[in-house]
Amino acid sequence: MSQLIFENISIGYEGKAVAENISFSVGQGDYLCILGANGSGKSTLIKTILRLQEPLKGSFESCDGFNFGEIGYLPQQMEMQRDFPASVQEIIMSGFLNRSRFLPFYKRSEKQKAEQIMNTLEIFELRKSLYRNLSGGQKQRVLLARAMCAAVGMILLDEPASGLDSRASSEMYESISRINRDGTTVIMVTHDHAVAMKYASHILCVGKKVGFYTKEEYCGRVVKNNIFDKGENDNA
Amino acid sequence: MHELINKFCVYLSYPFVRYAFVVGILVALCSSLLGVTLVLKRFSFIGDGLSHVAFGAVSVATVLGISDNMFLVLPVTIICAVLLLKCGNNAKVKGDAAIAMVSVGALGVGYLIMNIFSSSSNLNGDVCTTLFGSASIMTLTADKVRLCIILSVIVVGFFFVFYHKLFSITFDENFAKATGINVNAYNLMLAVVIAVIVVLAMNLVGSLLVSALIVFPALSSMSIFRSFKSVTVFSVIISVTCTSIGIIIAILASTPVGPTIVAIDLAGYLICRVAGVIVRR
Repeated sequence: MSQLIFENISIGYEGKAVAENISFSVGQGDYLCILGANGSGKSTLIKTILRLQEPLKGSFESCDGFNFGEIGYLPQQMEMQRDFPASVQEIIMSGFLNRSRFLPFYKRSEKQKAEQIMNTLEIFELRKSLYRNLSGGQKQRVLLARAMCAAVGMILLDEPASGLDSRASSEMYESISRINRDGTTVIMVTHDHAVAMKYASHILCVGKKVGFYTKEEYCGRVVKNNIFDKGENDNA
Repeated sequence: MHELINKFCVYLSYPFVRYAFVVGILVALCSSLLGVTLVLKRFSFIGDGLSHVAFGAVSVATVLGISDNMFLVLPVTIICAVLLLKCGNNAKVKGDAAIAMVSVGALGVGYLIMNIFSSSSNLNGDVCTTLFGSASIMTLTADKVRLCIILSVIVVGFFFVFYHKLFSITFDENFAKATGINVNAYNLMLAVVIAVIVVLAMNLVGSLLVSALIVFPALSSMSIFRSFKSVTVFSVIISVTCTSIGIIIAILASTPVGPTIVAIDLAGYLICRVAGVIVRR
């Protein structure tokens, strides 16, 4: 069961390709990590999946009734206006706006779901607090909660742990893993190999070399490459 | 004190004073309702620029001898609002520079046109009235009041229906886009609404002081309250209160209405700042 299928797609901006011939598919409940160096097109790929920009070549489609409006998105380090007055609850609830398109208010079921999500992420006590006064880890969990409200089947995370200390980031990854175990598909951009190896079910490498592997295949390749590197070193 | 109240009651029996109150309160309501969004989206300067555009349009209407200038001023201001917003998005002329250019241009050309073509014997008085709204609120016709009511209902309706979406696109435009909200369409609507508010508010305080009605209540409220909802609600309360007090003082002390309201708004802002510091302790 695939939710999303990419076939030989090139991405980039202003006509310049940053990554070419990307092919992968994501199934219900998968945990896909997108790995790549800075500037390799990870964020561009995310924007393409969210349909904020068009692919340069090729097209992609959703399957099995999966709807693009049902992706929850956690942006990379949001530029927050310092003086923005917004409570945690207001921000989290705004995740629902993609579905209640023409309703000027939130439904009761949505309020309950938000409460449940806040409980899961242990931010229910913070719901009345001012967003800008929270710590980095708390802010990130609030934005994750908002993404979860928006998500029906899939959640897209762009470097969710950037700027967090090690404890906050491991908590963040645990929360994401829990969401994944509950059946939500996760696509996560990261530069942290260890994290990808620990949590992902599939790995997509973007950049000069593009490759899509299951975790087992990827592990195999890493081991092989390491031996190869070692051999070279020995020769030298 | 008793005398003052009596004097006030006598004034209230005149229809034009009642009109002034109705329009004043409606304008205060509309401008403060969207003021929070505009301030947070860094759109407040667009409001200022548009008010100068509206001044230019008023002078053209005066010269052309159009009796009801709303029908020229409103469309021109709306068009400029849309153009300014588009300019802000593409980087050929940077947003703030474009606004400065348009607003100063409209102001200069407007005065020039009035100076060359106007047949009025009291040119400086006319200009002063348009800029500072000194007496215009006391000369409202019933038609203008009706138009003002209709436009206010539209603005308030817009705000209530799209409240949550306005919050979302103000707080995080990228997320809103990603979740499929048509951000450009909402920004466009917002630009139109700003234009309507500016034209409405011009009747009350004159074109130079319009921004005060948009900016002061929002900033006052933001210095005390913390959530988007409470900030919006309180900014409406403070705006309507300050405007009412301003109009009453202006009537009783025969001061110009617009500047009086702005002075009260400023005082309200200072009080809120102090209150904010005390509350945060």
